Amino acid sequence: MNGPYIDPHPPRHLVDLLRARFPETGLLSEEFRGEITVTLPAERLVDAAFFLRDDPQCAFDMPIACVAVHFLEGEFEHDVMWQIYSLEKNHRLRLKLRLRPGETAPSLTSVWAGTNWTEREQYDLVGVRFTGHPDLRRIIMPEDYPDHPLRKDFDVEGGPSSLDPDGRPASPGFRDMEHA
Amino acid sequence: MSEPSTKPPVVDLTPHPPAMPVEHPIPEDSLGNEEMVLNMGPQHPSTHGVLRLVVTLEGETVKSIVPHVGYLHRGMEKIAEGMTYNQFVPYTDRMDYLAPLSTNVGYITAVEKLMNITVTPRCRVIRVLCCELARISAHLLWLGTGALDLGAATVFFHTFRERETLYNIIESLTGGRLTTSYPRVGGLARDIPAGWTKQVADFCASFPKVLDELDELLTGNTIWMGRTQGVGRISAKDAIALGMTGPNLRGCGIAYDVRKTEPYLEYETYEFDVPVGTQGDVFDRYLVRLEEMRQSVRILDQALQRLPEGPINIDDPKIVLPPKKGVLTKMEELIQQFMVVTEGFPAPVGESYHAIEAPKGELGFYIRSTGGKSPYRLHVRSPSFVSLQAIETMAKGGLVSDLIAIIASLDPVMGEVDR
Repeated sequence: MNGPYIDPHPPRHLVDLLRARFPETGLLSEEFRGEITVTLPAERLVDAAFFLRDDPQCAFDMPIACVAVHFLEGEFEHDVMWQIYSLEKNHRLRLKLRLRPGETAPSLTSVWAGTNWTEREQYDLVGVRFTGHPDLRRIIMPEDYPDHPLRKDFDVEGGPSSLDPDGRPASPGFRDMEHA
Repeated sequence: MSEPSTKPPVVDLTPHPPAMPVEHPIPEDSLGNEEMVLNMGPQHPSTHGVLRLVVTLEGETVKSIVPHVGYLHRGMEKIAEGMTYNQFVPYTDRMDYLAPLSTNVGYITAVEKLMNITVTPRCRVIRVLCCELARISAHLLWLGTGALDLGAATVFFHTFRERETLYNIIESLTGGRLTTSYPRVGGLARDIPAGWTKQVADFCASFPKVLDELDELLTGNTIWMGRTQGVGRISAKDAIALGMTGPNLRGCGIAYDVRKTEPYLEYETYEFDVPVGTQGDVFDRYLVRLEEMRQSVRILDQALQRLPEGPINIDDPKIVLPPKKGVLTKMEELIQQFMVVTEGFPAPVGESYHAIEAPKGELGFYIRSTGGKSPYRLHVRSPSFVSLQAIETMAKGGLVSDLIAIIASLDPVMGEVDR
């Protein structure tokens, strides 16, 4: 590849396979730069993950990363993504879960043991609660730390705050230059 | 006042009476059952940074181990959310500070994937040179300090002599020895200086001999083998389930190398082998890293031979800085420079993940963009963080002295674990 690797043959057939196996989920999929993102509902996520791991065509044996994103506005409060990879088939997939305020994400530690620390990190920094996680403690921040610093209402320069007096989000503070 | 005695002091040489019998003798097994909690770190030298391990011992055997990380947390992912894409490059130096060039390239390539940029042929080759120099430098540090932890001090001096040469090469290229900040989105900060390729070629010519020396010092050494063989073993199945990558996974016999499976920067056109171990122990991880340095020299040789002439930056004035000469004389270029520096450039809306094979394993950057000049969310998938989970599997049931060998063989760098 002349630069970044962009998968020339993303595993589109797996999306059809998942749709056929879990028709009730109304599964959504996106493709961007050769990467496929599959959005699943929380209640079928663990089943789908087991299917993706054990089905010989999918064979996703390796957890790569877990990422959560926080939103200040909109219907959803968090997006949680699991990046998975198959050593045998050499393909990647991203599982996505969208959470409304107050909802929790099912933990995938029972499927891939390696999601243990990565989910802990997202709980610690972004504030997503994972149900069924065996050891959901803070990992990066101190145990008695009160906040989740990667939330969008957390100010880079001083700690938690929701809005500053001008009514714009205080985070991130480095953008102050724009409004000066 | 008593009179001064003229007699020498008398020393009683008769044996002392036997000690009184203890009335409540300690039952023989009362010490044997006690567990001891040992706190290692965060400042323990063998942890190579600030890793804290709370180890429960029974005698010298490790019963359980709880790692605590986060002592070097600087909030880089949060900082990235308030910066333009190029401004974040210096922060990536401080993630894997043993191989900053490699982390730089990893980050920039991820941004280029998001923006769908293809860099020039010359830039690609220089970036490959950067990555492989960084790999050798990181593995040399791992070898020197890892051996030092186990008492083999000689190796340390040999590896650091070679690292000095590498640092000189990196210094001539980037101006910095540790904080390189060399690539930019769409190209590089500057072209290679005159005579630099000769420096690298000289290193490539002399380094394999040094590697052979190091190989002789350690590989057949009975003490080294005794301290590393069969220690810290992990099965391939466990390693995959934990998401281990890089030399740690390859030590278990899995030939997973992102340079081969998902080649970026034209790695598919270079000839090199992926060494794998068989046992998944400390010794195999050592062998894998040693061989990887030889393969890196092969790649460096090929890259030097093919280094094409031409521009190092893409031709897009909205993304790369114009030549300085033009900035000082032409209005158009001055405006371009001003806009790129102060405003940055917007990335398309979307999310992308891109991984490279860093010295420690798969280094990935997930970027979510909402169309602005900074990422909405940037996540670093650091290989050290994920691999460090395996420490429990590896160390449980072993001796506490083996724990030192295990930490060294996992090769975590805390700047990358904590970010």
